[in-house]
Amino acid sequence: MNSTVPSQTVPPALERLPPLAYRGGALIIALLLIGLIVVISGASPFEVIGRMFSGAVSTPDQIGRVVATLSPLLLCAAGLVYTFNAGLYNLGVEGQVTFGAIATTFALRLLYPEEATASILPPPLTIALGILVGALGGMLWGLLAGVLHVYGRISEIFAGLGLNFAATGMAIYLIFGPWKRPGVASLSGTQPFDESLWLGTFGQTEATPVGLGLALLALAVTIVVMRNTHFGLRLRAVGKNPYAAHVLGVPARRQLLSAFLVCGVFAGLAGAIQVVGVFHRLIPSISSNLGFLGLLVVMLVNFDPLWVLPVAIFFSALNVGGLQLPLSLGLESSLSGVIQGLLVLFALIGRGLAQRYAG
Amino acid sequence: MGLFACATAGFGLRVKVELQHIHKHFGPVHANNDVSLTVEAGTIHGLLGENGAGKSTLVKILSGFITRDSGAIILDGQPVHIQSPADALRYGIGMLHQDPLDFPPLTVVENFMAGSPATPMLLNPQAAERDFRRWCAQFNFDIDPHAQVGDLTVGERQQLEIVRLLANGIGTLVLDEPTTGISASQKALLFQTLRKLADEGKSIIFVSHKLEDVEALCDCVTVMRRGQVVGDLDLRPLRAHAQESTDQQLNITARIVEMMFGRALAMPTKPSTCQDEVMLSVKGLVLRTDRLELHIDHLALHRGEVIGIAGLEGSGQQLFLTACAGLEAPAAGSIYIAGQNLTHRPYTDFLRAGVCYVPADRLREGLIAGLTIQDHVALRTANGAIFIDRAAVRAEAERAIATFNIRGRPDTRVERLSGGNQQRTQLALLPAPLNVLIMEHPTRGLDIESTLWVWQQLIARCQQGTAILFASSDLDEIMQYSDRVIVFSGGRVSPAIPVTELNVDLLGQMIGGRF
Repeated sequence: MNSTVPSQTVPPALERLPPLAYRGGALIIALLLIGLIVVISGASPFEVIGRMFSGAVSTPDQIGRVVATLSPLLLCAAGLVYTFNAGLYNLGVEGQVTFGAIATTFALRLLYPEEATASILPPPLTIALGILVGALGGMLWGLLAGVLHVYGRISEIFAGLGLNFAATGMAIYLIFGPWKRPGVASLSGTQPFDESLWLGTFGQTEATPVGLGLALLALAVTIVVMRNTHFGLRLRAVGKNPYAAHVLGVPARRQLLSAFLVCGVFAGLAGAIQVVGVFHRLIPSISSNLGFLGLLVVMLVNFDPLWVLPVAIFFSALNVGGLQLPLSLGLESSLSGVIQGLLVLFALIGRGLAQRYAG
Repeated sequence: MGLFACATAGFGLRVKVELQHIHKHFGPVHANNDVSLTVEAGTIHGLLGENGAGKSTLVKILSGFITRDSGAIILDGQPVHIQSPADALRYGIGMLHQDPLDFPPLTVVENFMAGSPATPMLLNPQAAERDFRRWCAQFNFDIDPHAQVGDLTVGERQQLEIVRLLANGIGTLVLDEPTTGISASQKALLFQTLRKLADEGKSIIFVSHKLEDVEALCDCVTVMRRGQVVGDLDLRPLRAHAQESTDQQLNITARIVEMMFGRALAMPTKPSTCQDEVMLSVKGLVLRTDRLELHIDHLALHRGEVIGIAGLEGSGQQLFLTACAGLEAPAAGSIYIAGQNLTHRPYTDFLRAGVCYVPADRLREGLIAGLTIQDHVALRTANGAIFIDRAAVRAEAERAIATFNIRGRPDTRVERLSGGNQQRTQLALLPAPLNVLIMEHPTRGLDIESTLWVWQQLIARCQQGTAILFASSDLDEIMQYSDRVIVFSGGRVSPAIPVTELNVDLLGQMIGGRF
C-alpha cells in the first residue's frame, strides 16, 4: 500500500531553469518550426508575416472581417473560460454554437414566416428574440453535455463531440429538409432572411456593433466573475481538486453544471450572431470552427480571461490574413491554421515541462 | 546465452535471497535506509511494518519495479543486476501484487499465456489449458480456464497469478499484502500452497501489516519502521514453545508489537475536558468496501472528549472516519450528531451540524493546490454572497496567519507551504464553534514543535466543547492526547478503553486482534 513512484531522473541542468524559460523556449521552437514549414512550402517567412498582416488590416473591409470573426470567437472563448476553470474540456462548444444558430433560425422563421412580407413583431424586437432563443438553444445543448457528464459519467470530451455531430446533422437535415430553399435545396443554406432582420453593420463591412458589443460584454462579465465572485472561486476550486472542494463544502455537481450552462449560453449567442449578423441564414458550417478556435485561445492564455482579448484579436487576424496567402503568394490559406495549432501545441508543451521540471 | 543460463538456474533450485545495504530515496523521503534482508531457501519470511515503513519499496526493488540508489542484491552468493521486472523474472523472482496485475478483460487461459517468457509466434491455447489445469490440480485451485478474469474474486486472481508465475519457473515468490480482500477459505488455501512451495525449496517473502497472518504462516519475520530494519525474529523455536502454552503465543505477539512500535508508552497528558452530552454516536454501523467489512455496534463521543483510534493502517480507520464525517454512506446502522439522526443525509447537512473532517493527505484531500490561503478563507466563508469581499477575506486570512503562526502570506498558494504550515492552515480554516472534529493523522510529518502546537490548539477546542475523533499510527500521540482509545484490527473494532487503563501489552494484544 506504500505509494511508491517510479523514479524519474531529471537532468540536473534542466532542474534549475525557471518556468518562464520553458514557456519562452517552447514559443521560440514553435516559431522556428512555423518558419521551417513556410520555407519548405517555398516562401519567405517574413513575406508571409507581412502579407498576412496586410491581408488582415489593409482595407476597412478586411478589418471588418476580423471584427466579425472576433465577436463569436470572443463569446466562445469567454464561455470556455468557465468550463476550463472547472476542469472540463468542453469540446462540445462547436455543437452549442450550431444549436444556438438553429434555435435562432427557428425563432426568426416563426416570427417571419416565408410566405409573409413582414415580420409579425417590429424587426428589432424580432432580432432580439432570435438572439435570446439562440442563447437558450446553446444553453440547452451545453446542459445536455453537462448532464451526460455529471449524471451519466461520460467524459465531457466524448459527450461534447457526440453532441457536435448531432447538432451538425440536425442543421444539415433542416437545410435539406423542412427548411430547404424553395425550389432547390443546397449546401449554401436556407433562404436568406429579409434584410429587415439583418443586424446593422459598421459601414459596408461585415462587422456588427451588436455582435462586438455582446462579445465584449460577455468577456468583461467573465473577467469580473472569475476574479471577484464566489462563483468563480468555487469553479476554480472544483476544477483544481473536486474531492478537496467537496470536503470544504463546495458541491461539485452544481458548479460543473453551471459551467456547462454559462458556456452554452455564450456559445449559443455566438451562433445567433453568426445567423443574424454574418450569414443571414443557416448554413451547415455555421460555426466556422470558431468554437474549436476558442478552445485554442483559452488554452494559450492558461484559462485567464484577462489575456483572452489580445490573443483572440491575433487569431482572428491570422484567420482573415491567411485568406490572402493563396492570392498573393500562392500558398494554402490553411497555413494560418497550422500556425495557430503549432503555437497552442508548443504553449501546452512548455507549460507541461515547466510544471514537471521547474522549481 | 548468459541470461538464459540464469533463467534456468532459478528453476527448481533452492535459492537464498540476500538484499544488502539497500538505500532508496524518493525526493526528500529516505524510503529504504541501509536495509538488509536474508531469506533462506525453503522458508517463508514475513516482512512486517506500518504503511510507509518501506517494505513495499524493498520488495519492489527486489522484483525490479523500482531501481535502488545503492546496495546489492545477491542470489545464492552471486550479485545480480536487476533493473526491470523482466530482469527479475529471468532470475526467477516473481511478485504477486496487492492488486493483481492481470488483464481483467481476458480469459483465465489468455492471462496464463500472457506472461510466458517463451513466446512462440503462434499461441497454443489447448496446450496452455492442459498446462494450467495441471498446475491448478497440484494446489487444489478450482478456476474455470475460460472464465473472464474480471469476474473472478481477488483470491482466485491471486491463485491465477501464483500459477502463472510458477509456470514461468520462479524460485522466489514475493507476496505484497496477499490476505487483504480474500475469503477465509481462500486464505487457508493460500497458506497451504505457500507452505508446500517452501517445502519444495522456494524462498517466499510475505509482506504484510497483519500480525496474525505473519504469526500463523512465517518461519522468520523482519520488522521495518521508518525505512529501516528494526528487528529480526526467528519464529520457529518460539512457536515450538508456544504449543505448550498460550502465554508463549502472547509473548510472540508482544515481542513483534514491541519491535513495530517501540517499548515504553508515553504518559497521558491531556487534561480532562470531557462533559456528559453525547456529540457523536453510532449504532449498529456496518461499512463495506470491496476489501473490507467493518462492524461497530456502539460508540459514543462526548462533548470535549478525545477518542484516539489505534491499529495497523488499512484496518478501516479511514472508512470509519469518512463515514462519521458524512462523506461515505454506511451499508447499515445509524449516525447521530448532537442527537440528530444524520444517517444517509448529504454531507452538507453534516457540515451544518458542526462536523468537520481534516484528512491526512493535506494537498490531495484537505486543501486545493493552486489556490491561495485567502482563496481558502473565501471558500469557507461564502455565506451566499455573490461578490468576494476582498478586504474582509484578506483581513481574515491575515488574522488566521497571525493566530496560527503560518509561515506564508494571504496570497501564498497552499502547495508552496511546508507540511506543518499546511496543517496549520487546515486548522485555521476550521469553523468555530465546532461540535465534532474528525482527524486523520493530525500531526503526520510535522516536527515536534508543530506537533505540540497543533495539540495545544486542539485541546483548546476541546475546552470550548468540541469532541475529537482521530486516527493515528503514532501510539505516543494516541496515548498522550486521548481520553479513550479504540483499536481497529482486521475489520473488528475494540470497545473504547480509557487511556489510563492501557499498557503496552494490552495495546499490543489489541492491535494483534485479541480483544
